[in-house]
Amino acid sequence: MNAPTTLTRREVLARLSVLLGGALIGGDTWLRGAALAGKTSGRDFTPEDIALLDEIAETIIPATATPGAKAAGVGAFMAMMVKDCYDDAHHAAFQTGLDQLRREGFLAASPAERTARLNALDAEQQRHQAAKTPEQPAHYFRMMKQLTVLGYFTSEIGASQVLVYEEAPGRFDGNAPYAPGDRYPFTFPSRNL
Amino acid sequence: MSVSTHSYDAIVVGSGISGGWAAKELTEKGLKVLLLERGQNVEHIAGYPSTLKAPWELPHRGKKSRELIAEHPILNRDLLHEANADWWADDRDCPYTEVKPFDWFRGYQVGGRSLLWGRHSYRWSDFDFEANAKDGHGVDWPIRYADLAPWYDHVETFAGISGSLEGLPQLPDGRFLPPFELNCVEKDVAARLRSQFGGHRRLIMGRLANLSQPHAGRVNCQFRDKCWLGCPFGAYFSTQSATLPAALATGNLTLRPFSIVTRVLYDKDAKRATGVEVVDAGTHQTVEYKARVVFLCASAFNSTWVLMNSATDVWPDGLGSSSGELGHNAMDHHFRVGAFGVVEGYLDRIVVGRRPGGFYIPRYRNLFGDKRDYLRGFGYQGAASRLGWEREVPELGIGAPLKEALSAPGPWVIGMTGFGEILPYHENRLTLDRSRKDKWGLPVLAMDCEIKDNEWKMRRDMQDDAAEMLEAAGMKSVRKTSAGYNFGRGIHEMGTARMGRDRKSSVLNAHNQVWDAPNVYVTDGACMTSGNCVNPSLTYMALTARAADHAVSELKKGNL
Repeated sequence: MNAPTTLTRREVLARLSVLLGGALIGGDTWLRGAALAGKTSGRDFTPEDIALLDEIAETIIPATATPGAKAAGVGAFMAMMVKDCYDDAHHAAFQTGLDQLRREGFLAASPAERTARLNALDAEQQRHQAAKTPEQPAHYFRMMKQLTVLGYFTSEIGASQVLVYEEAPGRFDGNAPYAPGDRYPFTFPSRNL
Repeated sequence: MSVSTHSYDAIVVGSGISGGWAAKELTEKGLKVLLLERGQNVEHIAGYPSTLKAPWELPHRGKKSRELIAEHPILNRDLLHEANADWWADDRDCPYTEVKPFDWFRGYQVGGRSLLWGRHSYRWSDFDFEANAKDGHGVDWPIRYADLAPWYDHVETFAGISGSLEGLPQLPDGRFLPPFELNCVEKDVAARLRSQFGGHRRLIMGRLANLSQPHAGRVNCQFRDKCWLGCPFGAYFSTQSATLPAALATGNLTLRPFSIVTRVLYDKDAKRATGVEVVDAGTHQTVEYKARVVFLCASAFNSTWVLMNSATDVWPDGLGSSSGELGHNAMDHHFRVGAFGVVEGYLDRIVVGRRPGGFYIPRYRNLFGDKRDYLRGFGYQGAASRLGWEREVPELGIGAPLKEALSAPGPWVIGMTGFGEILPYHENRLTLDRSRKDKWGLPVLAMDCEIKDNEWKMRRDMQDDAAEMLEAAGMKSVRKTSAGYNFGRGIHEMGTARMGRDRKSSVLNAHNQVWDAPNVYVTDGACMTSGNCVNPSLTYMALTARAADHAVSELKKGNL
């Protein structure tokens, strides 16, 4: 039998983007190893948590000419993914970060203040990522950013309004023209590294 | 124990690529065939629940949940995905023992891994059939390319293999449908490689068991890149899309899922198999089926497992063990080393449609006068494409600038991974671990296999050459990669019941018959005498069709 090289090819590309300075949606914050319990021991997310996550997501990917992350349901997506897919250390770090943003009054802040705060957090997570040991959990904002991008571009809005999603393209053109501003064909998410 | 007996002309054990072919060929030649499959049935199209799902319809968008990982501890090492996890063996029900690290990714359902395979399809050449005889590793293959060539023609014509005619002696041309297309970057890289390496390093479009045009009543590829979820168009070769409907159309086939074959029933006086014993996976009841001929196509290591459990009253180590080679000479392809690079330019070009496979660079090492400090060789698979929304653009932070950046494609990149030959080492072996039982109380396999000096030296070349070629082709930021390799991860398990010329040193003869039971044929990866570096499934198809023809001819002559 043959290895499923369709996946290998996708893996190849994911790895390459890591070499180019880090895949945004890579394995660095994803759960690792097989020795995890099947269920998280972390606390559940409340509707208030999800409302706050929606605003964070919308700040990361705002509505422009196309809808933003809130319209794509990214807040609930993030909560579900953290609960289902992350190890306990990342789950706890994410919750702590979310609580901190709540205490800081993120919801009361203006759009400009929100953007400034999250840009500062993004710089912070990049410094943390560069300095941390492989065993240390990622910065909570790295998770928020990754999950927002993943949730948004794989949502119906992201994949079919911002990008072009065709279930059955029915043709292959390996040399199609592309001009700046054109939408490009959706690419499937990489598997975890 | 309830015992009922049913009789057929032939029993085929396993319904994957090899078993599907055996069932098709034998039924089309008029035999009443029982096709046994240990797992569940998967109906063509109706049994592909994820294939038409949009990305947003997958709960975790394709990422693995903790629950899924806990359920699939082995599969999680590489291929676990929420959209098709049910198409792999249950790792917890079906354990195995790793004397040395071994990844065993098994497809336990009707269609087996024919639903899941990579579909790259290449003929072997006489460089491969003669390799053992020339360098003294393993035993000589009992056949040569000329023996198999007509059967390659036969299976390619039915399966539908798309590929280009290249005239390469190490990768014979076949009866191909038109090739899929290299993209603009790959075409330019191919031209540069051809001019810079004396014509010996050739980047060609992969030869794929995907239809580039309608073929044999099946629809051509729709460029969805969802083969691994089952194709509702039947556009890639699988048991479901191709061999099973052909076998069913004869009216001669009985398919029985949930049937775990535990042993071949053996008449020691007649020196013939009389049938097989089956444990029903659901009820755990034992049933016996009788037949004049048995084809073992249970996947390489499971066919060997069946032999090890058979005729133990005559040979304690099982049917075929009189040679001392049953369970030995296990092979795979070692891979996951190569290189990547960034492509400058082509920013006004993009790919439309999701092609079902990438490019191939056929073996060039230790051929045509080249001589390395290791034996045999390797090929590469790879692809060029533009990075998309997953790439990191750290300098853009968050907000509208990030959204705008990811709403445009990134740079072109190109990567390739080598697939290398593993020599047939006698000491790379499987044994029965009788101390450990599966869900049905059956002893499990213990894997004791590793790659050695020859493969480690080859891996250095696989990495260095990949980087050298990408640099020669003008790629930037070229980086060598090594992702590690466990034996088995190539999912190209081969050997452990090898073909040969002498019953003292091989399990099977030149027609895939067990020397000690000529009405038992083994035609999956278990039969392989050496491993070559190309994807092996097309060769299993050809060997199976050839063996089926032989079996029917021998039955008619009264020789079985």
